[in-house]
Amino acid sequence: MNTVILLALTGLGLAALYFLVASGLSLVFGLADVLNFAHGLFLGVGAYATWWAAGNLPGAGSDGFGFVVAVAFGVLAGALVAVLVELVLIRPLYSRTIEQVLVTVGLSLAGVALLQATWGADPRTFPRPGWTRNVTSVFGANVPNAGLLLIVAAVLVLAGLLAFLQFTRYGLIIRAGVENREMVTALGIDVRKAFTLVFAIGGAAAALAGALGGVYFGTVSPGQGGSLLIFAFIVVVIGGMGSVVGSAYAAVAVGLLQQFVNYYGTSGLGDVCVVGLLAVVLLLRPQGLAGKVAHA
Amino acid sequence: MTNSMVDAPPARVPDELTPRPARWAGLRPYLPLVALLVAAILPYSTVNLPGIFEGPLNSPGTLQLLAICLVVGGLAAGYDLLFGRTGMLSFGHALYFAAGVYGTDILVTRAGLPLWQAGLLTVTGGTILAALLGAVALRTVGIAFAMVTLAFAQVGAILVARDFGGLTGGEEGLPLDVSGLPAALVGVTNTVNLYWLALAYLALVVFVVHRVSGSPTGRVLAGLRDDERRIGVLGLDPYRFKLVAFTLSGGLAAAGGVVYCLIVGGASPHITSSELTLSLLVMVVLGGPGTRWGPVLGGVLYMYLDHRLTAFGSSDAVNSLPAFLSHPLSQPLFVLGTVFILAVYFFPGGLASLRTRLHPLLHSLRRP
Repeated sequence: MNTVILLALTGLGLAALYFLVASGLSLVFGLADVLNFAHGLFLGVGAYATWWAAGNLPGAGSDGFGFVVAVAFGVLAGALVAVLVELVLIRPLYSRTIEQVLVTVGLSLAGVALLQATWGADPRTFPRPGWTRNVTSVFGANVPNAGLLLIVAAVLVLAGLLAFLQFTRYGLIIRAGVENREMVTALGIDVRKAFTLVFAIGGAAAALAGALGGVYFGTVSPGQGGSLLIFAFIVVVIGGMGSVVGSAYAAVAVGLLQQFVNYYGTSGLGDVCVVGLLAVVLLLRPQGLAGKVAHA
Repeated sequence: MTNSMVDAPPARVPDELTPRPARWAGLRPYLPLVALLVAAILPYSTVNLPGIFEGPLNSPGTLQLLAICLVVGGLAAGYDLLFGRTGMLSFGHALYFAAGVYGTDILVTRAGLPLWQAGLLTVTGGTILAALLGAVALRTVGIAFAMVTLAFAQVGAILVARDFGGLTGGEEGLPLDVSGLPAALVGVTNTVNLYWLALAYLALVVFVVHRVSGSPTGRVLAGLRDDERRIGVLGLDPYRFKLVAFTLSGGLAAAGGVVYCLIVGGASPHITSSELTLSLLVMVVLGGPGTRWGPVLGGVLYMYLDHRLTAFGSSDAVNSLPAFLSHPLSQPLFVLGTVFILAVYFFPGGLASLRTRLHPLLHSLRRP
């Protein structure tokens, strides 16, 4: 029983990480039709900015309130990079889907190489508060605190995103834009501002995932975003493009499946099962758990 | 009314606008053959090109680099059959290439099959794999298709890296057991044979892609790229034609994997990564998607630059620059990625469109 609880909670931790990356991807794809390969770069920027801030920024540190400042700096950096990318690189190419994908592909290659050039290819030890290295006893299972931190952060982000989408004017525009962008434009609303906003939100969430993922794994390396990104893509497709709630459900399903199969089966089998789940969902319900059908 | 209309006499075309045949126009169809011939006799030359290659042209190191460039050029041409000619954005092409490399390696090294059997089995297996996975992935379109192919390729990468059953050698890769291979393909002195093999592969891919795109099927594929619904309205099944292109492209990639495995002498897990597919995309776009020579040129040039930029990045000229310049420049992927982004904005047709783009410029320079 202890093992099951432990696996469930670590699986949820993994799901939280996937959700933080996938929610932004899903919104960006749903609203702007941009398949953002550079999303892994935002994650890397967030992780490295947090790492840098903890060591160099006055007032920030690796413990207590200083760590909160460091993470806030990382999230801000991620959001800033995302906005810059949207304004400078993506905006001139709207309605040219393939070119947008190509630009983000180039950006992900060049950006990761830039991180590698600046901080080296080897993993760096991530500054983490002392309490995240300990474990908490939940129903007799010793769960690492870093995983619990991820879960709490993801739930807060989910609640915040839903409240934003539900109760604010821009949330309304984003929801309407996901449903029918042409109609929103026809009503005289500048959807492009919403695009920038969605990129900022996605970048911030990915940067948060980078910072907390750094705490979870204990290290940070330039390629970290890339491997997470592929599973985030899978989560987005299973959950349905453009649906935050769908992403949350799909992230939980993927995280739990991966963790349980990897433990009870051979290591690595869980990752294969996740792709199997993707194939099944696509065959039975091509639009995902909750979402619109993806058009070319 | 129509009968009272008088046919207008054909307008006289001014002399300077009548197209004149260029001086060497008659030779144009034979240019590919000439290029092939030059490439085939290249290993007999001992010319030293300092700065471009490390050793003389017929040295094994240079020949191996050239052979890798040629295989990758062929791979890019095969990928263009999907991307440039059919308009399918697949992010899983590395899977079929890796299937070719690992299939050959495992069948020769672990199962001890002779090379021709291993190669034949691998190409057949790779083609069947492409047909099966394509049949599932093609149920989605556009961006979702890209994501699904990416996920399938990721499974391949995981299977190779986790080393199920001890077949693939995991992270360390699997060196090719050369004891059972034909003697002409083994050893440093025989690199030239591998070069010719790579050249033959490239010629085969270019020939196949050229024939397919010129056939009625190829015209349907071009139609799918431009307007898929219209093909459906014409009564043709888009799914089947796309599956044909996907399978053919996968089979060609698997064949490239066989040749690559022989040239490099083994398999390493980095060829399964999605980065290889992304590089293929970069090559095709840089070269010019949907053209006969663009992807080949892009692939050869990309691979060459990828190898040479590493040396360039650690050279004195770069190291003497300030740190904020020299560090990024020492990363080949940073340079190539930046060039790629610039190419998407400013050269949408790639290298192949360079001539038509430069033509007005040259024209205006000649006649001020």
